[in-house]
Order: sequence, then structure tokens, then C-alpha cells
Amino acid sequence: MTITSLPVPAQAPAAAPNIAELGLRESATFDRATIADIQRAAATGVYDIRGWGAKRKVPHFDDLLFLGASMSRYPLEGYREKCDTDVVLGDRYASRPLHLATPVTIAGMSFGALSANAKEALGRGASEVGTSTTTGDGGMTPEERGQSKHLVYQYLPSRYGMNPDDLRKADAIEIVLGQGAKPGGGGMLLGQKITERVAGMRTLPVGIDQRSASRHPDWTGPDDLEIKIGELREITDWKTPIYVKIGASRPYYDTALAVKSGADVVVLDGMQGGTAATQQVFIENVGIPTLAAIPQAVQALQELGMHRKVQLIVSGGIRTGADVAKAMALGADAVAIGTAALIALGDNDPRYAAEYSALGSAAGFYDDFQDGRDPAGITTQDPELSSRLDPVAAGRRLANYLRVLTMEAQTIARACGKSHLHNLEPEDLVALTIEASAMARVPLAGTSWIPGVQGSF
Amino acid sequence: MVTLTAPEATAPALDGPTVVDLSGAPVRDLNQALHNAADGQSWTVTNPGGKHSLAVGINADATVTIEGHAGYYAAGMHQKGTVTVTGNAGVGLAENIMSGTVHVKGDASQSAAATGHGGLVVIDGNAGARCGISMKGVDIVVGGNIGHMSAFMAQAGRLVVCGDAGDALGDSIYEARIYVKGAVASLGADCIEKPLKAEHLAELAELLAAAGRTDNPADFKRYGSARNLYHFHVDNSTAY
Repeated sequence: MTITSLPVPAQAPAAAPNIAELGLRESATFDRATIADIQRAAATGVYDIRGWGAKRKVPHFDDLLFLGASMSRYPLEGYREKCDTDVVLGDRYASRPLHLATPVTIAGMSFGALSANAKEALGRGASEVGTSTTTGDGGMTPEERGQSKHLVYQYLPSRYGMNPDDLRKADAIEIVLGQGAKPGGGGMLLGQKITERVAGMRTLPVGIDQRSASRHPDWTGPDDLEIKIGELREITDWKTPIYVKIGASRPYYDTALAVKSGADVVVLDGMQGGTAATQQVFIENVGIPTLAAIPQAVQALQELGMHRKVQLIVSGGIRTGADVAKAMALGADAVAIGTAALIALGDNDPRYAAEYSALGSAAGFYDDFQDGRDPAGITTQDPELSSRLDPVAAGRRLANYLRVLTMEAQTIARACGKSHLHNLEPEDLVALTIEASAMARVPLAGTSWIPGVQGSF
Repeated sequence: MVTLTAPEATAPALDGPTVVDLSGAPVRDLNQALHNAADGQSWTVTNPGGKHSLAVGINADATVTIEGHAGYYAAGMHQKGTVTVTGNAGVGLAENIMSGTVHVKGDASQSAAATGHGGLVVIDGNAGARCGISMKGVDIVVGGNIGHMSAFMAQAGRLVVCGDAGDALGDSIYEARIYVKGAVASLGADCIEKPLKAEHLAELAELLAAAGRTDNPADFKRYGSARNLYHFHVDNSTAY
């Protein structure tokens, strides 16, 4: 999508200032973005493909508030009294679970979708603060493994670059069943980004459009998955934790089946989760918000007696330490960030404003990751563009950001009287809207009412 | 007979195959012993009873014979050496094989040699649906028939079928080559019949010989990608 299809005042046509004077009224149904989408579709005959996650407004963590301590709760002293942040992931069956210093991890993003420098920077930033990063739909690069203290190896339907040597090098294996941006969808990497190196890793001809299957080739349901997980455990001698990643659509059932299949960790990706390239209609219309997904997954874990035994990592729209704390209060053991991590590296940096403009976009709006012309050098395979990203400096920015997320979450947890982020609980939260209250299953602020869960106030 | 009882089993002597009786030893013991194996060693697995994940992740030039039927993922992610199954094999035989040889003397279920990157998989009998799905360089020779959606999204390698092929053969195929001696129920999206040239007859003869077969290469037809799906085009939208 280019900025011409977005209702941005700064980029609006010159006639825009006269709209109010003329008494013109924009249609809520056919707003300017919708009109632009229709015009684009009519002109090209092809649906819009873009990166990033859902841009529509859905109930989110902003619709929740924390109840800090006053009389009925006793707060901890800020910056002085200890509030731990570490988390152990994958100790259900694996003999080598991950022990991370912060519960904020980096979500799977592929080499191919991202440049090698960007992948290296993710590894550097994550390692600096003692957390993990994750490969993606393209295999493991030496740069990424070399710079990642804790590296999670994604096991995807496409199995691009999949090999047992890398499997054994991984600190955890994440079996990807779905992605929040596109539950039920396969992958799409347009030919512009299939360079010689990417093609070699994926066993594809250079320059063609890469298609990834939406389902795994050698198992067809949870009973098969249980056997598949058994195979992966056998190959890695039961040392490596096995994650199962699901796109948020039916998280109650999917979480229960992942547990039944033997997962050590469930990764739940809400609809605000990002993607490198998918049909916009898919991104905006398939899946459920992260806020709505967490309580369902937690309920499944609790009913099975597996909450905190099978860990839950939540991703999809995590931006601040408040989001981290809210996800954990709802029952997550850790969170993963993708889009926010790219922004921390330098994605959509205003210093490339002129170049974004030349691409028909603007800093803060650029989402044509599939084109491979990212001025920030992150979502590209162009050698000149990718060389703009210094992996050391970018890694430092990411580490700074991860530290801020952790400290912000700690600040909130102390205010709620918690000595560990994992001690946050739904009782610490209220909702601002009825919709968020119903989805998150916490009371509407100032009431004891949770729509759909208990009686009226 | 040696029955393994400890995960860190001692590697066998080089003067003969070590026999692992799975009526008593767990699969975990077998695999741990194979992961500790050295080049040149050999193993015989008795009473496999259709158990899953037999002989997976082998990374030594070892020889393993499974006397009987294997369950899911037999010889999964095979890297070196030879695994022979004298009976039938379940789903995902030799999935993601990297090199070496896996030979099944009976039939194989669905997804045989799925995503295999290299090596040779020989199935003397029939193979089920999705044989060679997403293959990435493996060579597969099937003595009998194969099921539907075989070689779906096949990227590289060769699939030889001495019997018939089911529906949607080679759907969305990339650069893998398919040879079928019998009838093809239907071809999948972007898969077409291609000329059988001298170089193809030569590589087919080589593959058949490697599989221990005497079929005449001239009796086969070749199938591959029309390459129409290599770049998104609105006129191909019904094929996506």
C-alpha cells in the first residue's frame, strides 16, 4: 500500500483544506482509504500485498488500565525493591530449557524478508539483554546463529533451509502452525527479494515469486503433530524445547491441542502481529485481536492444569512495557515483538523521508516490505540498501528498547506490589470499554462487571 | 543378541551388526545409540512393531536394517549411511532426508521423502498421497503407484514412478523432474508433460539402476513446471 490510499492530512491533496468550507462529508463506509483501495484494484486487477500487521483499530492493551496499589494493596519501592524479570521456557520435557533474563523475546522473522544485517542486529540486541531471537521462513544464517545467545529455530510448512545440523544448533524449536497476521495462510516472498543467496537457502530459482504452503507437508492434525514432536525430540535427544506457534483464531482449542501434542511452550500470535508480505484483505480480516486471544489460551492451560507448566508466549502488537505487563497479567509467561523490534532497528526512520516519499510512502507509513526497496536497509536484499544498516548500532538500539520495555513493565509491577513480573494477575487490571472488558475478561473500570462472565454490577 | 537398556549405549563392535530388539528396548535407546554411532557400524532392528521415529537423525555412515514394519517418520532427517525397512513404512518416511539411502521393500504411506534435500529413497512397493511433497533435491524411485498431490511444490530432485500416479501430480511444481511409466490421473496446476530427451533417458537409467530396477527408460514420460506461476499475474489467478 502506498500513502495515497491512506487518509493522512499531511499528504492529502491540495484541495483538502477546502473540504470543511465546502461542507463536504466523507462517507464512513467509503472513506478515502476505501476509495483509494477500490481505485487501485480497478487499475491493477491484483489484490494489494503489503507487510506490517493489521492497521484497523481493534480492542487492544490500550483499553486496559492497571489498578496500582493504595490501601488494599501494598506497593514496592520503585528502583529499590527487587522485581525479577527472568523466565524459564520449555521445562516440561526438554533437558535444556531456555532461561532468559527478560520475558521480552524477538519473534520469528526470516532472512529473505529481512536483510542479513537486520538479522544480525536482532541477534546482537537480544543477546545483549539476555533474551532470544527467532529464525523464520528461510533457514538459519551463520550471522544470526553467531550473534544470538539464545536462538529459536522455526520449523515451518515450507521447510526452506531445514536441516538437522541447524536443528541441533538451535536452543529451541518453534513449530509454526499459524501467524497472527494470516492464520491459515501460506507465505509469499515476491521475486524482487529472491537473490542468489536467498534462492540458494530456499532451493528456488533466482528472482521468482516464492510460494509457501499453508500447512505442513507430513502431518495433518494434532494426533500426527504429537508423533512429529516425538520425532523432533528423538533427533535432538530430548534436549531442545519444542514450541508450537498458533495464529489467534480459535486459541482455546488450538492451545489445548498443542498441549495434548506435547508442546513445551505455546506461542500465541494475535491479529496485530506483523508479516513480511501478505494480502491486505487477509491481514485486516482474518484472526482475532491479541487481547481477545490471551484469556482463551490461558483458560485452556488452566483447565488442563498446565498453566505455568506449558509456558505461553504472546505476540501481536506489543509496543510498550505496559503492553508487556498487561499480557503477563492476563496470564502470559513472556511476550515476543516483531514490528516494534524492526522500528527499534531503524524501520520507518524519518531521516529517509525523501526516499520514502519517492516510493509513494512516508516515514511511519512504509509497509511495502515485499518490494525489497526499504530505504532503511531492513526489509531488503539489495546490497547497497542493506549496507546502510549497521548491525552493531542497530543491535544497540534494539537492546536499549528491550531494556526500556523491561524496566517499564517492572515499574508497573512494583506499583501493583509485585516482586516478579509473573506475579501480575488479572485482578490488577480493569477495562475502559465493554468490548475490552468482555474480551480480556477483566471488569469494566469502576464496576465488578465482566460481560459474558459474571453478573451485572 | 544385545538389548540396549541405557540411553548412552556403548557403540557396537565393528565385526558384525548389533541387534536391537524393540520388543524390549525403547526407541529412545535405539536412536541414542545410533546418534553415538561411528562410520562403518551396522545395526539390525528386530520387532519394530510399527513404532514411530525409528532410526531418525542418523549422521554416521552406518547401516541399519529394520526387520519388519516401521511407523511414522522412519529414517527422518537421514544424513548418512543406509536404512532398509524390510516391511512397510508409515507417514513421512525419510522426511527431510539430506543424503544417504533409505530403502523400503514394502509400501510407504503418505508424504514419503517430504521436503528431502538429497540422497536416494527407494520404495519397492506403492507410496501413498503426497509422495515427494516439497522435495528439495532428493531422488525418489517408487516401484509401484503413488497417490494424489505427489510432488506438490516440488522444488528440486527427481521422482521416478514405475506404476501409476494419482490426481494433481506436480501441483505448483518448481524445478523438480518427474518420470512416470504408467498412467497419470491428472496433472496439478502448472505441471505439464515435457519431451523426454537423451539427457533425461540417461539420468532415468542411472536412477533406475541405483534403485536396482530393470525398467526401460524409454517407457516413461517426463513432467515438469510450465513456469507460469513463477511471477504473479492476474491471468493466472484461478491457478493460485
